[in-house]
Amino acid sequence: MAAPLPFLLHLADDALVLGQRNAEWCGHGPAIEEDIAMANVSLDLIGQAGLLYQLAAQRLGDGATEDQLAYFRDADAYLNHTLVELPHSGPQVGHAQTDRDYATTIARNFLHGAFNLLRWDALCASSDADLAAIAAKSVKEARYHLRHARGWLIRLGDGTAHSHDRMQAALDHLMPYTQEFWLTTPEENQGVSDGVLPQAPAQWQAAWDELVDDAVSQAGLRRPSSQGHVSQGKCGQHSEHLSYLLAEMQSLARAHPGAQW
Amino acid sequence: MNSQASTPDAATVWSWLEAVCDPEIPVVNLREMGILRDVRIVADEVQVHLTPTYSGCPALSQMQTDVLEQLHHRGVKARVVLQLSPAWTTDWMTDAARDKLRDYGIAPPGRCQQPMPGQGSLAVVHLVRHLRDEDEAVVCPRCGSTHTQQTSVFGSTACKSLHRCLSCHEPFDHFKAI
Repeated sequence: MAAPLPFLLHLADDALVLGQRNAEWCGHGPAIEEDIAMANVSLDLIGQAGLLYQLAAQRLGDGATEDQLAYFRDADAYLNHTLVELPHSGPQVGHAQTDRDYATTIARNFLHGAFNLLRWDALCASSDADLAAIAAKSVKEARYHLRHARGWLIRLGDGTAHSHDRMQAALDHLMPYTQEFWLTTPEENQGVSDGVLPQAPAQWQAAWDELVDDAVSQAGLRRPSSQGHVSQGKCGQHSEHLSYLLAEMQSLARAHPGAQW
Repeated sequence: MNSQASTPDAATVWSWLEAVCDPEIPVVNLREMGILRDVRIVADEVQVHLTPTYSGCPALSQMQTDVLEQLHHRGVKARVVLQLSPAWTTDWMTDAARDKLRDYGIAPPGRCQQPMPGQGSLAVVHLVRHLRDEDEAVVCPRCGSTHTQQTSVFGSTACKSLHRCLSCHEPFDHFKAI
């Protein structure tokens, strides 16, 4: 049984957009080890996106390629969660007023990383054998990504008063965007009834809550409310930030279509 | 290229491919790393099955090129098949590869303790809790001390983490168990 194409693209877009965001730290990391860590996490994510786009392109047929899916779709065709497209600038109030706020990066990677680990773990049991193979590979990488983000969430939350406040501000800023994780699209419903998606995302919420509560309490942070507007990126309705990200990421491929090196 | 060459048998191909090393860790070859999974002879074509280590490993295309070069210069028609499943694990590394890594200054991976994926979200929660405290002590490849500390989960490549030895004070890489 083949997973619905929009679901494959949703997985791929999540990985690519987050990979592109994390790669923005390349050469700007707060410490050399973190600069390298972000580049490594990005490589894994972009590699996962590549595998998923190859699979989607192969199933689309008609000459579709992974590059075409990554570089020649506009923002409204992207199906990633809004959380992964937000800039690193943080809430722009209080403590986090820089262009690149590492606490925001860590909070995002932690909140998404915990979700992503649960999602890949579930997809290992997908009846779509190609997707299950990608999941089995990605779940191992996702563990290290979560471990990295979780470690820093705790270090910064449990660090100085200043690092604690910035970590808290970042968490307060991003938590509402996690509500989108629990939306179920019609394609996901279809996937669940076909057995390619073993559970609807909402089924992972209890485990996710446990991972979040555990780390947040170890970090001495307060878990903020996640109420308010529910973003709809996975349905193609994005924040203004995605088109700027794509403009930068896609400009070379669009200026030189089909270029090879 | 010699178009007269006959198609070799699989054992011969395995022996030729002993010469193809990991591009990033040239002291070990692809077989010892567990990346070279299978050699199949299909009609007049040699199919070499490789399993990538990490999804984003930039060395993968170099490995494919190196494998094909070994075979093409012998006049053999060959192609590389990328096999994703089962996913690569450091448990496939041979003991000889582990010794070579250590001699090269990289602490080899321990055995994979992690539960197999797909066991449900409770197993994941348990796993993360298990990961949170400490790893099995990583042994310093230079002095053999277990008095070491991890400095970063990600080292110079995705497959390695950075550590320092608190006995001999040298920094070193550790090949992570996955």
